[in-house]
Amino acid sequence: MKHVNTVVKSCLHKEGKIGCGECNSSCQSACKTSCTVGNQSCARREERVNTKKESK
Amino acid sequence: MVHCFTYTHEGKPLFFAWDVESGSLHNVDEAAFLVCKNKFGELTDEERQKFDAVSDVEKREIEEELFKLESEGLLNTPETRVDLPFSGEIKAMCLHICHDCNLRCSYCFAKDGTYNTPRDYMSFEVGKAALDFLFENSGNRHNLEVDFFGGEPLMNFDNVKKIVAYGKEKAKSIGKDIKFTLTTNGVLLNDAAIEYLNAEMDNVVISIDGRKEVHDKLRVSPNGKGSYDVALKNAKKFRAVRGDKRYYIRGTFTQNNLDFSVDALTLNDEGFDQISLEPVVLPDESPLAIHESDLEKVYEEYDKLSEEYIKRRKGEKWFNFFHFMIDLKNGPCVAKRLTGCGAGKEYVAVTPTGDIYPCHQFAGGDGKYYMGNVLSGTFDRNIQKTFAGINVYSKEECNKCPAKYYCSGGCAANSYNFNKDLKKPYGLSCKMMRRRLEDSLAIYCIEHGGND
Ligand code: SF4
Ligand code: SF4
Repeated sequence: MKHVNTVVKSCLHKEGKIGCGECNSSCQSACKTSCTVGNQSCARREERVNTKKESK
Repeated sequence: MVHCFTYTHEGKPLFFAWDVESGSLHNVDEAAFLVCKNKFGELTDEERQKFDAVSDVEKREIEEELFKLESEGLLNTPETRVDLPFSGEIKAMCLHICHDCNLRCSYCFAKDGTYNTPRDYMSFEVGKAALDFLFENSGNRHNLEVDFFGGEPLMNFDNVKKIVAYGKEKAKSIGKDIKFTLTTNGVLLNDAAIEYLNAEMDNVVISIDGRKEVHDKLRVSPNGKGSYDVALKNAKKFRAVRGDKRYYIRGTFTQNNLDFSVDALTLNDEGFDQISLEPVVLPDESPLAIHESDLEKVYEEYDKLSEEYIKRRKGEKWFNFFHFMIDLKNGPCVAKRLTGCGAGKEYVAVTPTGDIYPCHQFAGGDGKYYMGNVLSGTFDRNIQKTFAGINVYSKEECNKCPAKYYCSGGCAANSYNFNKDLKKPYGLSCKMMRRRLEDSLAIYCIEHGGND
């Protein structure tokens, strides 16, 4: 396309069995783990968010 | 919902259209940005003038491209609602191992670590009963989490060790996986503690605020002496042995250091590569509080930090800033995104006396959401249901917010503390959240350079 470059196609998993709850909990308060779900990974998928330099 | 935003990289503007419901991110040119924003949002006066100057031919061309994206489900995607399961299972627990602290940080929400309760240390018996409660209520959940929190957990280190040993053995015997985290101010992080935490903790969180003068002004011992030198020295030692295992340095920024990008970079300069800096959450009247009027400065700092972040991540000083980390490929499912922290629903906090609260921030408050006690075996399922009902769908503001799948509806404790309503988000945090998210998306685009 001339005007639009799609960086990421759909990334929200809405289908199938969702909500198994096996992923990390994610407090976002200032005094705690400071994780929003934006930086969480699905426990059932292999690849994790880029927490290490090697895997960026 | 389509959210159009800009980001300035190396002095040049980048334009984005973000399809909230599908999660698709488009890097567009300025003309397409204006057409998109005109179509899905509201142009500013200045943008309107520019939009008017785009030729009809170009506008048509852009409309065609947008139409194609819409038909592929990558733009203006309608919302699909999902069921949010509630099983009543508990999977994570915050153990208030110690309601006491060796520091007197001015901004501590827990009032010197005491939570407005008498100074107290959790016994092994209470810790064991708490873990038993977790195991018994974890149902089919395999992955369980426990975090040691205070006050200062290392002031009750012997019981931390006993509780961890008990938890790991019991988990093994019933075929579950239990992970432990400990948050410390670093003062008591001696060689023996470093060795133990490195071996036993899945994650270790050390609180340092950045620059010495910033840290020492607020993170002081009872006699008023700053704790920076000792915390930094110990944190560096810990970092040296930690390797690739999980840890992070977390700090708080306040009215005293609205130029917090310097603090994040200072931590990186000290050799840390996992860094989080959070805005303090305090009532407006506190001298340390961040106000609406500070937002422009806060945004400016996030933007400044993001530019330096992109640079540093290309070289030796690579680091992660928690609020810029975003997983656009393998993030959690939508159910998780819509429910967030799970406080009171699948996550609870237990105090030294065994009292159960929805999370650490509700402990020692007005007691409204006291849930029970692990020693007496009480647990209020009605409160659990109330908290299970807190999600993006149940919050009016969040439903309309472009950040909803990343923020998950914010912190229920902040909502309650500021608005006396679990479902009314704390607006100042929302604004910062949305800005950080825009920066994170732009960083992702710059680092990944384009196509999916
Ligand atoms: S930023 Fe605020 S309005 Fe948006 S989802 Fe989070 S809590 Fe809700
Ligand atoms: S309610 Fe707030 S402080 Fe409590 S666990 Fe959730 S995000 Fe954290």
